Order: sequence, then structure tokens, then C-alpha cells
Amino acid sequence: MAPSASKYLVETNKLTKHYGSLVAVSNLNLKVKTGSIFGILGPNGAGKTTTILMLLGLTEPTAGSARIAGYDPLREPLKVKALTGYLPDNVGFYQDMTGLENLYYTADLNGLSREVAKERIHAALERVGLTEAAERKVGEYSRGMRQRLGIADLLVKDPPLIIMDEPTLGIDPEGVRELLQLIRELAHKDKRTILLSSHLLHQVQEICDEVGIFVKGKMIASGTIDQLGSQLQAKEKLQLELKAEPRDEALYQLCRRTEGVTEVKEEGDLLKLTCQKDVRPQLSKALVEAGYNLLHLHLRGFSLDDIYSRYFQKEGGDYGQDRTA
Amino acid sequence: MARTVLPKIEALENVVQANRGLTAVIKKEISDHLSGRRFLILVILVVVACLASLYIAASAIRSAGQNADFVFLKLFTVAGSTLPFSFTAFVSFLGPLLGLMMGFDAINGERDRGTLSHVLSQPIYRDALINGKFIAGVIVLALVVFGLGLLTGGLGLLVFGVPPTVEELLRILVYLVLSVVYISFWLALSLLFSILFRQTTTSALAGIALWLFFTLFAVFFVGMIANAIFPLSESSPAQQVLANARLEMWLGRISPNALYDEATVTLLNPSVRALGFVMLDQLYGAIDAPLSFGQSLLLIWPHLVSLIAATLICFAAAYFAFMRQEIRA
Repeated sequence: MAPSASKYLVETNKLTKHYGSLVAVSNLNLKVKTGSIFGILGPNGAGKTTTILMLLGLTEPTAGSARIAGYDPLREPLKVKALTGYLPDNVGFYQDMTGLENLYYTADLNGLSREVAKERIHAALERVGLTEAAERKVGEYSRGMRQRLGIADLLVKDPPLIIMDEPTLGIDPEGVRELLQLIRELAHKDKRTILLSSHLLHQVQEICDEVGIFVKGKMIASGTIDQLGSQLQAKEKLQLELKAEPRDEALYQLCRRTEGVTEVKEEGDLLKLTCQKDVRPQLSKALVEAGYNLLHLHLRGFSLDDIYSRYFQKEGGDYGQDRTA
Repeated sequence: MARTVLPKIEALENVVQANRGLTAVIKKEISDHLSGRRFLILVILVVVACLASLYIAASAIRSAGQNADFVFLKLFTVAGSTLPFSFTAFVSFLGPLLGLMMGFDAINGERDRGTLSHVLSQPIYRDALINGKFIAGVIVLALVVFGLGLLTGGLGLLVFGVPPTVEELLRILVYLVLSVVYISFWLALSLLFSILFRQTTTSALAGIALWLFFTLFAVFFVGMIANAIFPLSESSPAQQVLANARLEMWLGRISPNALYDEATVTLLNPSVRALGFVMLDQLYGAIDAPLSFGQSLLLIWPHLVSLIAATLICFAAAYFAFMRQEIRA
């Protein structure tokens, strides 16, 4: 069977890694569609990096297996590494070599001929905007520049699959915006599959087609962002946040009477409604008809923010506080 | 037909790709060593030391007259009164430092800078990195040692105007090869430490500690152990004295320094006819003449083999540890 015929470029089967008694990754079944951007979302220590290292064949799994385009990273490491570009969170370049020299080293390791290497390197530097800094030593680069050099490094290698570990860590907002734009281009313009890990959910939400949420070595949910939302809905009642003027007892009663609402609580200047289904259409209509000015109506649980914090509250305890977005 | 040929081509491509990775690593490491400041400082130190010893040897030999045999070899071995170090003593003393310097941060330095996972995620086998580092180190060492040896020889030629005989030349060449092997041992050892210890300072210190132990303290320890097992007094029987001396010699030879020094002396001083102790009856009837090159080589053959074995064992341990190690920082 031709290994690459599968719909999924990355597949793992009950992938497990133990470090002594610590379970870093447990029974992971990950599937990444060819041509999509998949985000691994989770707090620090959730097993994201370990998973990535196992996919690359740099760490041996305790149990289970991984396949990249049908190749086993342990049996055929060269095939897997040739297909995969890896950008670690703090990408390592040789400090006392220039950016250009570092890229030539990567080209050498990939066995590119001098002409091909030269062509690709210049195109890559152009694309990430480092042409002018190419002759400077990497030791003088800022973190954002190093990360962009990391992307250039990937472009020189030109792999169909790119794995990024916390690509935006420690970069200023403007740098992050540029980086995300580059990542999007890598996927959509160049038709590459991208697997990235992050604990910053807004960025994941912005660029990923599919997301897997990792907590304590387990992938507790995966799918598109909408799917994650409805997975959560199935388990939980909906929460509505409402703010309207004038704020009086009649408003409270109106909310109570609306069909599907089971509970109404006051929290600060917001009313919190627990309901069995999405009552926003009826409720907003009823409020407007009754002469209220609707200021705020928000269904909790549909933004990834809520999903993320809820999963972490449920499964990960204190991890809910870890949100730094 | 095509089906059977195809996998073979693929396997061949794998081999070619793996070697490409190896040569890329070797090239990069060599240029790193040669352009590094650390390396430059050490090489300058070694060059200055060797030139000083050459100068002193030259003046000592001149004052002693030129009637002695093997004048050319004496360039390397004679020490003066102002600087009690000969060329060989310098290499024996500073060579290990050179090897340690070149390898102590080979792997943990890469890990610190985050380049390890980057390099290993490229399509090369994992051992290409450590093989490449070791091979590059040995190549650079060979360059330095041969460059230095031939430079000293050439200057000596200018100073004396006495050309070396073929035998002297052979002896010097074997001595230089021996030195490369000896320094490679320290390189392999520091490579091993750079894998075992996560901190570059720890691995550097471990290497230096071992070097100090072997150069300074090993002799005392060996003597102590020999005396503890076979205590000597004024009335000790001959067997006891002999056993003590024999044990001391064999224990001493655990140290690569001792092996190297014995081999050096034998190679560069043809009048050394035996290593260790010699009984009086063994001397009876012996002709007091220098050994031929082949005989000297025969005498130190075990030393050379042991040094190569020690180097390979160190490298194998480093290789094994590296292949089993976690890559993540």
C-alpha cells in the first residue's frame, strides 16, 4: 500500500509516554488531515512537546505508535524527518554563525545542492523579511527575528508537514501578527499541513482549522471549534449573560417566564440565565417588545475561551487560571 | 524486474543521505573549531610552549656538542635547566587540555542553545551528529599535532643543519600518530562527559579533574595501593619487592598518561631497551646499543593498542549514552 494515500498525514494510535511514574502522554489518538492547520491546545506540562517529539522520532514512545504519511518515525526516521519541518519553541541556531550560514547548514544537512540551496535561501529570507539581517550573527538577533529565521529554515527544507511548538512564545503583538500571517500563508498558499501547539487559545482560534485540547497528557476533546462547542453543550446547560435597561423586577420576571430558562441569577450588573437551549432569539424579541434596551447578550460556551477554561476547570483544576491571552 | 530494483535504489539513497548528513556535520564542526577563539588561545599556548622548548633544547644540545647519536630526536626530548620541559613533556601535559577543550560542551552546549533538536529533526541519523563531532575533532587534532611536530622539526633543521635520518623521521611520525591517538582519548572522554552532564561547567570540571588525577595524583595512589598489598620493609624478601614493583607498574599503566609517556620515551629515545624493571641477569650479555625502529615499535605496540582501545571504549560509551538519551532540554 502506498503510505501517503491516506487522508490523514499524521496519525497516532494509543500513543503513550511515561517518564518514570509520570504519565506525560496517555493513549493519544491524534489525526491530522492533509492540508489542514491543527492546533494542540493545552497548558504547560500537558504533554504537547512530548507528543511532538514522539511524532518526530526524537523520543521513543512507551506504548502505541505514530505514523507520518504512513511512515513509522522509529523505523524510518529519515523518511519522517525529510517530510517534516520542526520549529521548536525556542528555535536553536548557532549564535556565532550568521543567519545565512545557519540556513546553509540546514541545506547541507538536507543534502541540497549548492544551487538549489542558494535559490531557496534567498527566496526564504526575502519572504520572512530578513534579507538585510542575513549577514549578521544570530547572536545579535531579537527573538522575533530568530523565530522568523526559523520559518525561513522551514522554507529552505520545504517539507509538506510543519510542526511548530509554541511558535508565538515571547514575541510582541506585532511580531505575533506577522508570524500568524506567515503560518497562514504556509498552509493556504503553499498547501502544507501544519501542526502547532500553543497555550494561547486566541491565536489557535484565529488560525486553526481543527483543535485538540490537551490536559495532563490526555486529549480530552478535539474537532473544529464549532464541534468543540457543541460537544460541550451536550454535557452542560447553556449559560446566557444579559444586560438590559431599565433594570427592574419586571425584567427579572420576563426572563423567568421565557420558555427554556430554568434559573436566573444576578451577578453584578449582569443577569445570568441557565437554560436548556439557545433562547437568544425569543428573549431578545421579547425584551425589545417590552421596551427594554438590550445592552449585552452573550451565550457562554461558544467561544473557545469558555470551552478552554471550562475544560481546564473540569479536568485540570487550577489550569483554568493559566490563561495568559 | 522494476519491483526488485526499486527497494535497492531506495536503500542506496538512504545511505547516501546519511553520509551527506555526516559530511555536513564534519565540515561544520571543523570550521567551528578552526574559527573559534577558545581553540585559537589553546593552540597559541601550545605553539609558544613548544617553540620555547625547541629553543632550550637547541641551546642544550649545542653546548653538549653534536657528537651524540640521534641529534634530531633530542630536539623533542631534551629539557634545559631554565625550563625543565621538553617538547614531548609539553604535549603530554597540554595535549589532554586541548582534547578536553574541544569536546567538553559538544552535546550539552548544543542542548543549551536548543540546536540539538533542530539539527536532529533534519533528515540525518542521530549518530551522524556524534560521529561527525568526533571525526571532526580528530581531524583538527591531527592537523594541529602534525603541524606542530613538523614545524618544530623544520625549525630544528634550520638551527642545526643536520638532516634527520629515515629512522628518526619514522620515529617522529609514529610519535605524532601516537599523540593524536592520546589526545583523541581525551576528546572522546570529554564528549562522554558532555553527554552525561547537562551543565557545560560540570563536564569541563569533570574532565579537568580526571586530567589532574592522572597527571599528578595517580602516581601516589598507585604507590600507596602497591605498598598496602605488598608492604615493604628493609628486610623484605626479593619476591615481595618484585611483586610490589610489578603491581605498581601494572596499576600505573591503567593511566593513559603513563602509557603515553612510556611509549613516547621508547619511541624518541632508541637507547631505551626495556620498559619497567630489569633484572641484573637479564642485563648479562646484553649489548649496549640503541634499538632499531622496528624493535622500539614492537616494545610499545601494546601501549599503542591500549590507547586506541581506551579511546574507542570512551567513544563507544559516549555513543551508547547519546543514542539512548532524551533529546528534549
